[in-house]
Amino acid sequence: MTEATQAARPEPKKFMLVNRRAPHGTVYALEALEVVLIAATFDQDVSLVFLDDGVFSLVKSQKTADLEMKNFSLMYRALDDYDVNKLYVERESMESRGLKASDLLVEVEVLDRKELSERMEQQDVLLSF
Amino acid sequence: MKIGILVNAGPYTHQANDSAYLFARAAIQKGHVVERVFFYHDGVNTANRLTEPPQDDRNVTSRWSKLASDHKIDLVVCVAAALRRGIKDQILAPGFRISGLGQLIESGIKSDRLVVFGD
Repeated sequence: MTEATQAARPEPKKFMLVNRRAPHGTVYALEALEVVLIAATFDQDVSLVFLDDGVFSLVKSQKTADLEMKNFSLMYRALDDYDVNKLYVERESMESRGLKASDLLVEVEVLDRKELSERMEQQDVLLSF
Repeated sequence: MKIGILVNAGPYTHQANDSAYLFARAAIQKGHVVERVFFYHDGVNTANRLTEPPQDDRNVTSRWSKLASDHKIDLVVCVAAALRRGIKDQILAPGFRISGLGQLIESGIKSDRLVVFGD
C-alpha cells in the first residue's frame, strides 16, 4: 500500500463483540457471529470475547440435530479466513464451567477477568450480546 | 458528540427499548446528535406500524417515528432479523427502513459512541 492511500483511509476502529450467552438458548450467539462477519468486511479491527455461558459456544463436537438447529459453531473456524483471529476467552468463565482451552474448537487467547477488562478499555466499539 | 444506538430488545417486553428512546431524546436535548438507531433481534418489531397498544399506554413505535422525523434520525431495521419476524416494507412505520448489518458497523465507525440497549 502506498503512503497516499494510507493517508486517505481512516484508521480502522477497534470493534469487540462480547458473547455472553450459550449458543442455542437464544439467537444472540448466532447473530453476534453475523455482526462479526460484516464488521470484518469493513476492514475494521475485530475481536471476539466469550464470557459467562458464552464460552459454551466454542465447545468442540457440538451436535445440534436433535434441536433442529444449524450447527453454526463450525463457522468460528472460518473466522480466520476473514482475518478475524483475536478470540478471547475469560479464564474464570471457562474454568467455572469445567472447561479447558483444549475443549474448544478454535485457538483462543485465555485472559483473566482483569486482563480482559483492560482489553475492553482499549476498544472503540463494544457490542455485547 | 455523535451517538449511534443499537436496540436489541423488542417493544413492550423489555424496558431496554424504552430506555433507548429516552436516552436518545435526552441526548438530543443536551445538544448531541443521534444520526442512526439500528434495530436488531426482537428490536425489529419496533418498526411494525400495525402495533396498537391500549390508549393509556405509550406507543413505542409512533414515538420513535416522531423523534426520527423531528430530528432527522435514520431508523434502520436489520433485514435478516426483520424478514424472520415478518417485518416487511408494507408494514413499516414512518421513518423506518430495512437494510443490512453494514449500517450498524458504519454507525460504529462514524459515531463517537455506539450505545447498546438490550436484555
